[in-house]
Amino acid sequence: MSSTSSTASLHVPVTLNINRQQHSMFVEPRRTLLDALRQNLDLTGTKKVCDMGNCGACTVVVDGRAMYACLLLAVDCDGREITTIEGVATGNQLDPLQEAFIEADAFQCGFCTSGQIMSLRALFEQQQDPTDDQIERAVTGILCRCGAYPNIAKAGRLAADRRAAATRAGGGS
Amino acid sequence: MITIKVNQQGTGEDAKIELVEEERVTSWPADAAFAVVGKGHPRLEGREKVTGRAQYTCDVRRPRQAYALVLRSPHPHARISRIDTSAAEALPGVHAVLSSANAPEIEWYGDSFLFDTTVRMIGDEVAAVAAESEEIAQDALRLIEVAYEVLPFVTNLDAALAPDAPRVRPDGNLTQEPKVYDRGDAEAGLAGANVTIDATYRTAAALHNSLEPHGCTASWEGEQLTLWNSTQSVFTVRQEVAQALELPEHRVRVIKEHMGGGFGAKQISWKQDVIAALLSREAGRPVQLMLDRQAENLAVGNRPNTRQQVRLGAKRDGTLTAIWADIAQGRGAYLTGGEASNVSGMYQTLYKCPNVHTTEISVYINTGPAVAFRAPGHVEASFALEQAMDELALELEMDPVELRRRNYAETDQVEDKPFTLPDGLRYCYDKVTEEIGWDAYQRPAPVGAKRYGVGFAAHDWAAGSGHPPGYAWIELNSDGTADVVTGTQDIGTGTRTGLAQVAAEELGLPLDQIAFHLGDTGTGPYSPVSSGSATQATIGPAIRAAALDVKAKLLEIASTLLEVPVARLDVRNGVVLVDGDERGGMPVAKVMEQVAPHTLQGQGARGPNPSDKVVRPFGAQFAEVEVDIETGEVTLLRIVSAHDVGRIINPTLVDSQIIGGIIQGTGFALTEERIVDHRLGIVLNPNLEEYKVPTIADVPLITNVHVDVPDTEANSTGAKGVGEPPLIPTAPAIANAVFDAVGIRVRTSPLTRQRVLDHLSEMQSREGA
Repeated sequence: MSSTSSTASLHVPVTLNINRQQHSMFVEPRRTLLDALRQNLDLTGTKKVCDMGNCGACTVVVDGRAMYACLLLAVDCDGREITTIEGVATGNQLDPLQEAFIEADAFQCGFCTSGQIMSLRALFEQQQDPTDDQIERAVTGILCRCGAYPNIAKAGRLAADRRAAATRAGGGS
Repeated sequence: MITIKVNQQGTGEDAKIELVEEERVTSWPADAAFAVVGKGHPRLEGREKVTGRAQYTCDVRRPRQAYALVLRSPHPHARISRIDTSAAEALPGVHAVLSSANAPEIEWYGDSFLFDTTVRMIGDEVAAVAAESEEIAQDALRLIEVAYEVLPFVTNLDAALAPDAPRVRPDGNLTQEPKVYDRGDAEAGLAGANVTIDATYRTAAALHNSLEPHGCTASWEGEQLTLWNSTQSVFTVRQEVAQALELPEHRVRVIKEHMGGGFGAKQISWKQDVIAALLSREAGRPVQLMLDRQAENLAVGNRPNTRQQVRLGAKRDGTLTAIWADIAQGRGAYLTGGEASNVSGMYQTLYKCPNVHTTEISVYINTGPAVAFRAPGHVEASFALEQAMDELALELEMDPVELRRRNYAETDQVEDKPFTLPDGLRYCYDKVTEEIGWDAYQRPAPVGAKRYGVGFAAHDWAAGSGHPPGYAWIELNSDGTADVVTGTQDIGTGTRTGLAQVAAEELGLPLDQIAFHLGDTGTGPYSPVSSGSATQATIGPAIRAAALDVKAKLLEIASTLLEVPVARLDVRNGVVLVDGDERGGMPVAKVMEQVAPHTLQGQGARGPNPSDKVVRPFGAQFAEVEVDIETGEVTLLRIVSAHDVGRIINPTLVDSQIIGGIIQGTGFALTEERIVDHRLGIVLNPNLEEYKVPTIADVPLITNVHVDVPDTEANSTGAKGVGEPPLIPTAPAIANAVFDAVGIRVRTSPLTRQRVLDHLSEMQSREGA
């Protein structure tokens, strides 16, 4: 939409690699990655809550690390590998983390859920078998106003255990 | 299943018509066995929420949608002498600009306007812009020139009561006459007491901070307005917006599919709903207006701060002879609708006492307006009353739980009617004391600078009984599946799931054969606001009635097909049974195949609450804390809770509500405080940086013990509310535990490190003297 606006002259080209797809667009240099996702690409699963790096709701995975999308400019993300909540499931097949969140009732309103899942996903990319402490630390920066925290920790543990079990089973075959 | 009686008084235009719904549905018996109810079924919308596909109001994207922002007052009190929006209007990409200069005069807050020329708080709406993008709207706001004539202001509750205080309103700073309640003679009760307590408590203004801010998307098709709105009440918004825009109600459709929290602040319509509609009409395109975090924390509600002087009197054996409270609360610059924060209520009802006096005043100050916040009034009152009871127990050298048991109320003493479940609170006392091992309880010994303590608090709650009317429809489809439709809303509590379980149970269908629809005035029948922990208890019985209605029709047809009288038929797990047996029965899908292309429909209404009894949820909590006497840090170790919520429809959802409520309670107890610089009238922390809501690292171990005693007289499902109650006793239980650990009585919330350290050093200097 912004590429067609009358202030198009202020826009610069950027190519974002999101969920293994290339998206080329024109954005104002001040547009955050969060707004580029939500406004330019309609990837609204990533939520805007504080827009200043306090709450973690907009957490996405950038080059393997959990990052707040509201603190990144879209133009600075050119060429970086970005995963959002929309890229976690494989088609209709939920990721074990997503399944664990449903099973452990790890959300109520669900507004922070994308951030919690993305943060844990980044942890799982770095840690094969994370400890409870690592799971908790991974989501310390993501506020949940409904207070689903104990169940978020439970979901993280559940998913980590299942992954470890699957790896062990896979290693044995 | 429900008949509506018309009671008429008088004739002609003076006639008063009162509709009374009579419920003919008998309550599920206390020992009923269930197939779906009582099971911890995962949330129906879980898949949408974990994939990012759940559509919240802020995610609505309509063709050609514009984005709107609001310019807000930087002054706590001022007159706008001039406003010039021409430069903003001329900015390319701007579609519409509204301000007091061009907006219609729409009344708001009773005695103000949508865009008033007097602003009474920082954050008051001054102008609004709809533009191609939020960035352009931001630029446009900067181009609006406003000349303010600054007026005297007051933001401090005590200062606002001084005779020479600046006036927030021309008539003064009291919003109304003091609310006074008397039962017996409290002064005489105090005079005749062996032991008395007299102390003043203060609670801080707290900010809801729902993660999804308030906001909406407005779209017009000719004269038809559609509002996607982050609201706890689609029907309230429809009515209020229709009124403001002078539209008939059927020309306004309000939709709320998923919502990122409300906690009370979204139970009324707010200015941005009408502003977005006006901007959209002006711009000729859909307009989305979501508040930013700062506006969210300044302009659309807070829990009022309070000052509560409490006097208690008791006999030597612990019998209360008097409860006396003088209460002031800071309402902000405007009065809003919705549930009021009735701080006096708990003083009048929680304990048996013949002599009660409460006075409550509500005070205008130049800050954002207060609005209901999860258990409004009770959370504030509980912090004071339940600490005062602890102080009294200490004076009496009596166990704090025993003191409460000795003053047990089995009736609502204000209404003078018994409770439907008079032992509800007793069950909670029993459960928590047993769980924590109270009889043989031992505090851990001090370690270094760490001290350990335990505290107790109890509560009742003024709502949770359900507020009729409320309606539901069910359509049984030609393949035996069902669509359940109501106009209620799921505000994140799990309403869809809990209500679908009631439908599945009564229809005799598996849960996955039910589609549940809510949150749309255009498709569902009227339901009230999702507040007061009332939704399950209000709409559950309506759904049950609708299910019984459609089931009766189904069984009548099955009776003809099977040649068996209806009385011998029932439905379970999708099969019509004969004498409880599948043999000789028929799957519902088969029956409906015969009915097709017809479908079967049921309607249900929520009957009235009992007239001779009072429905109340109760609860009790212990808090275990560690206090560091060097840093003043209070670390919560554990909360043990028990809550009487009637029949538990879904234990997983109930646990989540209780855990979540307790966690919000820990924030209210220890960290959450709106801080105002009273010299400048500025809120210093309208953000999530300096307004501290609990993180996962702040959460203690929470042990919740289910009570699960069906309140069969409350309504036909036996379930009461659970959303608000768990928050109520947490803060006083923590404050009492801090006293137990280190001997300081912190009578001001929250118990920040600073306050704890101040009290510790005060105590040390007292002891040193």
